[in-house]
Amino acid sequence: MFTFILRRAALIVPTFIGVTLLAFALIHLIPGDPVENLSGERGMDPARRARLLHEFGLDRPLPVQYADYVGQVLRGDLGTSLTTHEPVLREFLTLFPATVELAFFAMLFAVVVGLPAGIIAALKRNTVADYAVMGVSLTGYSMPIFWWALLLILFFSVQLGWTPVSGRIAVEFDVPASTGFMLIDALRAGDAGAFRSAVSHLLLPTLVLGTIPLAVIARMTRSSMLEVLREDYVRTARAKGLPRWQVVLVHALRNALIPVITVIGLQVGLLLSGAILTETIFSWPGVGNWLVHGVQSRDYPVVQGGILLIATIVISVNLFVDLLYGVINPRIRHA
Amino acid sequence: MALLEVEGLTVEFGSVATPLTAVDDVDLSIDAGEIVGCVGESGSGKSVTALALMGLVDFPGRVRARRMVFDGRELLSLSDAERRALTGKDIAMIFQDPLASLNPCFSVAFQLTETLRMHGTPEERGSARLRRARALELLQQVEIPDPTARLAAFPHQLSGGMAQRVMIAMAIACNPRLLIADEPTTALDVTVQAQVLDLLLRLQQERGMALLLITHDLAVVAETAQRVIVMYAGEQVETGPVPEIFDTPQHPYTRALLDALPEHNLDRARLKAIPGVVPGQYDRPAGCLLSPRCDFALARCSIDRPPLDGPAGRKVRCHFALDAAGRPTHGWSEEAAAGAVADTR
Repeated sequence: MFTFILRRAALIVPTFIGVTLLAFALIHLIPGDPVENLSGERGMDPARRARLLHEFGLDRPLPVQYADYVGQVLRGDLGTSLTTHEPVLREFLTLFPATVELAFFAMLFAVVVGLPAGIIAALKRNTVADYAVMGVSLTGYSMPIFWWALLLILFFSVQLGWTPVSGRIAVEFDVPASTGFMLIDALRAGDAGAFRSAVSHLLLPTLVLGTIPLAVIARMTRSSMLEVLREDYVRTARAKGLPRWQVVLVHALRNALIPVITVIGLQVGLLLSGAILTETIFSWPGVGNWLVHGVQSRDYPVVQGGILLIATIVISVNLFVDLLYGVINPRIRHA
Repeated sequence: MALLEVEGLTVEFGSVATPLTAVDDVDLSIDAGEIVGCVGESGSGKSVTALALMGLVDFPGRVRARRMVFDGRELLSLSDAERRALTGKDIAMIFQDPLASLNPCFSVAFQLTETLRMHGTPEERGSARLRRARALELLQQVEIPDPTARLAAFPHQLSGGMAQRVMIAMAIACNPRLLIADEPTTALDVTVQAQVLDLLLRLQQERGMALLLITHDLAVVAETAQRVIVMYAGEQVETGPVPEIFDTPQHPYTRALLDALPEHNLDRARLKAIPGVVPGQYDRPAGCLLSPRCDFALARCSIDRPPLDGPAGRKVRCHFALDAAGRPTHGWSEEAAAGAVADTR
C-alpha cells in the first residue's frame, strides 16, 4: 500500500511539469498581453508600453520566463494578479469554497440520483423504466451545458420565478464569511432567510453542473450492474435464500461500484471544467468565473496559477479514488 | 415417503410462442439420506433442473411442475418469502466453479456467517460471536487447515479446492436435509477432486442428508449413488437403481455413455464416442431426441417421441429399449435399421 502511494506520488512530478508548461504556453499563445489590456481604447505610446512590459518581466525570452515562473512556484509563490495586485493563492483560496460548494452539491446530486437510477435500469432491463433512465441520461449527456443552463433559467427563473437568476445569495443578506461556504456561513449566522436564499441560488447551478456526471454515473452503474448480476457469486447469494434487495445492494452493488468509483473520480476533473461554464452563466463567484476573467484580461499569473491549482486538486482526487479502490476491492488491497 | 418428489418439471426460456425448453417433463424423487446421481452431457438440462429445485430460475425462465413437494410442502405454491426460508437452509446447493461462486469483495467469515444470520437458530442470529465460533467450527468440519486464518481470507487468496470447501461449509451451515451438488469437482485439479468428493460423502453420511449429485462422471455415480437419472437434451431418458443402470442399460444413450468410459475401451486405440452434439433450440428432432445420434434408430424413432415407460423406479424413454445383452427389442431389425440410416443420409 505504501509503495503504491509512493509510486502514485512520483507520477505527480511529470504531471506538474506538463501542466505548468501547457498553461504557460497556452496563455502566451493567445493574442494580446496584459499591458495591451491595461492601455484601454486610446492606446499607449510605445515607450511606456516597453517600460511596462519590462516591469512585468514580459520582455524576456519565453524559456527564461518559464524557468523563472517554475522556480517561483517551487518556492511556493504563485505570483500576484496583474489586475488586482492580490496574491494569486489568496484570491484562489477566497473563491475556491464557492466552487467546492457548487461542485460538491452537483456531485452529490449526480450520485444520489445516478446510482439508484442505474441500479433500477439494470434490474428492470429492457422495460419502460430502463429505456426512460437511459434515454433521459443520454439526452442530459448530449446537451451543451450553457444551453441547458439558459433553458433552465428561462423556465424556472424567468417564466415561473421560482429561483433567482444568478449569484450565491440575495443582496439583502449580509452573511459574515467565516468558512466561505455560503450554506454553512448562513447556518452559523443563524439567519434562516439567508439560508433559504442560498439554497435557492444553489439549485439551478447544481442541476446544470450535475447533469453530465449524473448521466455518466447512471449509465456506468447500469452496465456494471448488469455484468455483475450475471456472476456466479450473485447466484450463490440467492442460493443462501437472501432477500432480493440484500443480493442486489450488498453482493452485487459492492462489486458493481468498482468501475463506477473510477468514473466518479474522473468526473471530478470534468466537474471543475464544467464549473467554469456554469459559474460564468450563473455569475457564481467561484474560481471558474475568476479564471475566465483572468483569461479575458490576460492576467498570466492568475491563469497559470489557477490551472496549476485546479490540476493539483484533480490529481489529488484521483489519487484518493485509487486509494478508495483498496477499501472496496480486497484484491487490490492485498496486491 | 420421499423427501423430495417432483413430477413433470418443465423449465422454459424465451418467448411463450417459441419457447426454448431446457428441462422437459422430468420426474425426480429423492429419499432422506439418499444419494441420487444425475448424469448427462453439457446442455442436457442438469444444472437448470437443479436451479429450478432451488427456486433460482429467474424471469424470463418459467418453471412448471405437476408436483414439486419437499418434506410435505408444495414448493411452487409457496410465497417468495416462504420459499427463501427453505432455500439455503433445508435445501442448499454448491456449484461448479467455486472461485467464481464466492463473492470477491467479502471475507470468508462474512460469507459464512451470512447464512447463519439468515437461517441460523435464534441464538446464532442474535450473537455475532456465536456465529463466528460456528463458522470456525464449519471450516474445521470441511477440513480446512488453519481455519482461524482462513476466516479473514478473501476468495482470491484461496485455491480452488479450498474455495469449494468454503462453499460446502456455507451450504451445510444450517444442516440442510437436501444438498444439491452441481458438478462440484469439475473445475478442480484431479488430485483435489477425490478429496472434495470424499469430504462431501463423509458429510452426507454423518449428517444423513440427501444428496443430488449432478455430474458427467459416471464412475463417480457408480461408486456413490443409490439411484441415477440419465438426462439428454432436457429430457429424462432413463432412471433406475445404480447397479441395474450400469449392468443392463436399457437406453441406447446410457449405453453409449458407458461405452465411452476409458475403462470400457481398454482394447481400443481410440475411445468410443457419441457422434454429433446435443440438439439446441432450432434443431430439436420431432421424434426421439437422440434419433439423429442413435446407432439403433429406425424410421419410427424420428417421427414418434417415445414416452418414459417402465415399472416404478426403472423407467426408460425408448421405443426399442435394450435387453440384457444390449440388443434393441420389440421388433427392431437389422435390415430396417440399415434402411433408416440410408434414408437419413
